[in-house]
Amino acid sequence: MSSIPVGHPLRNVEWNLPSKRRVGMTALIVGESAIFTIFVIAYVFYTGKSLTGPTPAQVLEIPILATICLLSSSITIWRAEKAIEDDRIGSFTFWLGLTIALAAVFLRGTALEWKKLIYQDGLTVSTNLFGTTFYSLVGLHATHVVVGLFLLTSVFIFSLFGWVDSRQSERFGVIALYWHFVDAVWIVVFTVVYLIGR
Amino acid sequence: MSDYPLTVSHVIDQSTPTSERGTLLEKLHGWVVTVDHKRLGILYILYSTFFLLVAGAEALMIRLQLAYPHIHVLSAQVYNRFFTMHGTTMVFLVGMPFLFGFANYIVPLQIGARDMAFPRLNAFSFWLTAFGGLLLYYSFLGGAGLYGVGNAPDVGWFAYAPLTERSFSPGHATDYWALALIVSGFGTLGTAINIIATVISMRCKGMTLMRMPLFTWLLLVVSMLTLVTITPLTAAQFMLLIDRYLGGHFFDTQAGGSSLIWIHFFWIFGHPEVYVLVLPAFAIANEVIPVFCRKAIFGYPAMVAASVAIMFVSLSVWAHHMFTVGMTSVSNAFFTLSTMLVGVPTGIKIFNWIATLWGGRIRFTTPMLFCIGFLFQFLIAGLTGIMLSVSPWDWQLHNSYFVIAHFHYVLVGAIVFCIFAGIYYWYPKATGRLMNETLGKWHFWLFVIGFHITFDTMHFLGLLGMPRSIYTYQPDRGWNLLNLVVSIGGLIQGIAVLIFAYNFIVSCWRGEVAGDDPWDAWTLEWATSSPPPVYNFEEEPEVHSRRPLWDLKHPDDPDWEYES
Amino acid sequence: MQTLRAQSLIRRSSGAAWLLLTGPMLIAQGTTPSTLAPASTPAHQIFDLSIFVVAITGGIFLVVGGLLAVALYRFRARKTDPMAEPAQIYGSTQIELAWTVIPVLIVVVLFLTTARIIFAIQDVQKPTTALDVTVIGHQFWWEFRYPKYGVVTANELHVPVSSDSAPKATFLKLTSADVNHSFWIPQLAGKTDLIANHVNTMWMDPRKTGLYLGQCAQFCGSQHAMMLLRVYVDTPEQFDAWIKSQAQPTQQGPAVEAGRNVFERQACMNCHTVSGTAATGRFGPDLTHLMSRATLASGAMDNTPANLREWIKSPDTFKRGALMPAMQLTDEQLDQVTAYLETLK
Repeated sequence: MSSIPVGHPLRNVEWNLPSKRRVGMTALIVGESAIFTIFVIAYVFYTGKSLTGPTPAQVLEIPILATICLLSSSITIWRAEKAIEDDRIGSFTFWLGLTIALAAVFLRGTALEWKKLIYQDGLTVSTNLFGTTFYSLVGLHATHVVVGLFLLTSVFIFSLFGWVDSRQSERFGVIALYWHFVDAVWIVVFTVVYLIGR
Repeated sequence: MSDYPLTVSHVIDQSTPTSERGTLLEKLHGWVVTVDHKRLGILYILYSTFFLLVAGAEALMIRLQLAYPHIHVLSAQVYNRFFTMHGTTMVFLVGMPFLFGFANYIVPLQIGARDMAFPRLNAFSFWLTAFGGLLLYYSFLGGAGLYGVGNAPDVGWFAYAPLTERSFSPGHATDYWALALIVSGFGTLGTAINIIATVISMRCKGMTLMRMPLFTWLLLVVSMLTLVTITPLTAAQFMLLIDRYLGGHFFDTQAGGSSLIWIHFFWIFGHPEVYVLVLPAFAIANEVIPVFCRKAIFGYPAMVAASVAIMFVSLSVWAHHMFTVGMTSVSNAFFTLSTMLVGVPTGIKIFNWIATLWGGRIRFTTPMLFCIGFLFQFLIAGLTGIMLSVSPWDWQLHNSYFVIAHFHYVLVGAIVFCIFAGIYYWYPKATGRLMNETLGKWHFWLFVIGFHITFDTMHFLGLLGMPRSIYTYQPDRGWNLLNLVVSIGGLIQGIAVLIFAYNFIVSCWRGEVAGDDPWDAWTLEWATSSPPPVYNFEEEPEVHSRRPLWDLKHPDDPDWEYES
Repeated sequence: MQTLRAQSLIRRSSGAAWLLLTGPMLIAQGTTPSTLAPASTPAHQIFDLSIFVVAITGGIFLVVGGLLAVALYRFRARKTDPMAEPAQIYGSTQIELAWTVIPVLIVVVLFLTTARIIFAIQDVQKPTTALDVTVIGHQFWWEFRYPKYGVVTANELHVPVSSDSAPKATFLKLTSADVNHSFWIPQLAGKTDLIANHVNTMWMDPRKTGLYLGQCAQFCGSQHAMMLLRVYVDTPEQFDAWIKSQAQPTQQGPAVEAGRNVFERQACMNCHTVSGTAATGRFGPDLTHLMSRATLASGAMDNTPANLREWIKSPDTFKRGALMPAMQLTDEQLDQVTAYLETLK
């Protein structure tokens, strides 16, 4: 079909479509958002309905440090994105490493929190409705952080070997998009679990 | 068959396809490791055809058991497994794979692309779906269940909690259900993401969104809907597994948990799911009907708008499956209204199809016959749907055979009919040979007669008070004759499907050679050889209207002069 | 009242619809639990509404289906057709607007008619003369409690008939002890689900005495199919007599002492209650007036001594999957306990 009638108005037209990688990741994010929404709905629905056991107000402490770390990691990863687009790989590696460190602090915070809840407060997934919904929702989020951490660490290692430059900036941008999603979910989870639900 | 200008010829590959060389093992290996969307599409369709026959056999056993009251073809426990597996199989292992299989094959061709956006994800998604299905069916073999049919799930395809909690469903039957569907659900999600990325990012030059074939448009809408449809089910199934294995209390009524929350989550999935199933059927009709009445689809922009409207409104109707759970009158009224409203864009589509036929020149080939059956049956299904949306009447009809009749009218009468139409229509493109028309007509007439004998009668069983999910019924309730009639219709449909299966297999070798464009159609897939070369098009096509081949065949009267 | 006038209007305008819906009654029998033979106000209201809906949807079917049939006939391809393609019509804004607006109007009419009935049935005020019944669903039997009378029974419900001069509605509270069930007597009312941890309400006012059949309408496990329902609509006198006798504890005769011992020692009392004795089990049906019921095992078989004995010996014979275990009684024990139960009138 390459014969276009002469004089057709659409000859030599620009043809730019959105990047398939970004579209794919956005679609994945929409699907994942639906999963999180269902877990959030369950959490909210069961607030105050536990028949026994510790309540959120009794055992939850607001994870301020962990939250600051996770949300700042969105800023650091954005700096890393800018760096890789400009081919400043040293800067990229630095900001990426900082992102990973902040994420690790967040995960450590979650781990310590859960240790306290399980061993000190006796709250497990089977204790009561609060336990079930809390560990499921926060755990689902933490799992997504772990996956993101795995992706970021892989890229970090590649960059240490010198395999990363601005030609991968779009691919890195897609990982960053996922990371921003994880942070946005944390904002929702944090608000629902630690602010409203207590 | 028409001759069109030679300008098209150089996008058609004339060389010998490489797949014809190699040993049998090499050929099989090629199919297992393929990432080619055409092969994956065929794999999906073969997979779903196989499970169509399996679930159809389950249905025939069910109907045999119900042909007379209190007979012992199947025991209660086995019957409950069969109807659970029949529903689960038909929705997840037949309906979804068929339609995603069609999407896989057709969409890249229709948009002039070389393959899907993520070929390896495509293959991964297929194998996930396939393994999910095999896991589900392994349940018949695995473990020592009652009466030798293993641990197949027996909780109904919607698996209401708390029946599915450990205390009421010990053993692994429910776990097979949940795990198999989680696995195949991830496969579905992968394909949906792939289709969206492909359609948004890989259209050929000149193909704006409003110039895409309606098949592709509808599959885009379906994929977007799938993202928010399958995921609630996956979430609920995770919750169920947490309850069953980690001592969670999501649906544990003893701990203050709620059965209703499962029901809500399930139907938040379950209702949009039926639109995920039916929109691709519309997609197929949108391709077949215009070609066989020789007219462009009437009201393309309205068809697009109606599809998008259905996508959004369908997310707001789910509780019409829950009119009897004790919601407030205001809630019941709301869902009655939203359900009636979703009927409006759906009805508009029917009107558009009739307007397409009007003034045309209708050729009653087998694919067209199936589409005509679809039109009548979908009209009736939509109207019985309106009846069910009237919540007080639904308080009688819910969970009765009237509902079964209604949804089989949609699933079989609309969707399966369109799937058959689509197979007869695109089989020549995929294999290079036409299916036999005479056998096709036998298939159609036997199937439509059997269909109506079964499902028309079934409405009356519901009106006479027969509930669903029962392995037998009392002989003094006046249901005996009607049940027998329903069962006989099932046998007739079975014979029709066997004729189809024979035609499907044998035409691969004995069918009439099709050529590139046996139907004289207008979308891009007919501008390449049958079957297409691996790379689809030698040069990326460039289009200027919704029917690129019409423009080529009618250079004096091209579509772009009429499209807004 | 407005509702009555609207109802009669609806009824008069739908002769054909009525015929279509009541045709199947020709093959139905007297005991058919048909939604088309309503005998109580909610069932009547639903039936009348359904006639109206069938009239409208039937009209739509005739118009649209007719147009489709005409199109297929008139525009079929003929050998005498010219070679050129037919005129390509891409759309028409006016026609498309018309067939968007008209369905929306139809929806509005249907919705308003429906909404009125929703509120009429669901939001009705409970009259002070109403009878209260609590229904608790079990796998696979029904527990009925009459709180004001202190009566507990199972599987067969008795309610008084209602008439315009002496209205007597029955209001039911429904919940479940285990999984989801659904209470459905088509001639008396739409179905309502029984859900654990959740109380639903429904009502009925049967207009004619007699026996009405129904069954559980929400899949609840292996013997869902045999969780049957019998509702006896009694005259006020019959109902009074019935409820009075149900409220009495059993009279303990010495002749069946052996059987009563079997009942208590072989652990029947762990699950069953016989009021006036030591048996206060709640897992299974109350057996205090077992012999006042026409069937056993929620309708699975007729209440005869032979069936009763066989049921106790091996429940699997009638209802495989029922939660009553076979208690491994000897023949002598079976005879004794059956004789005992036969005295529980």
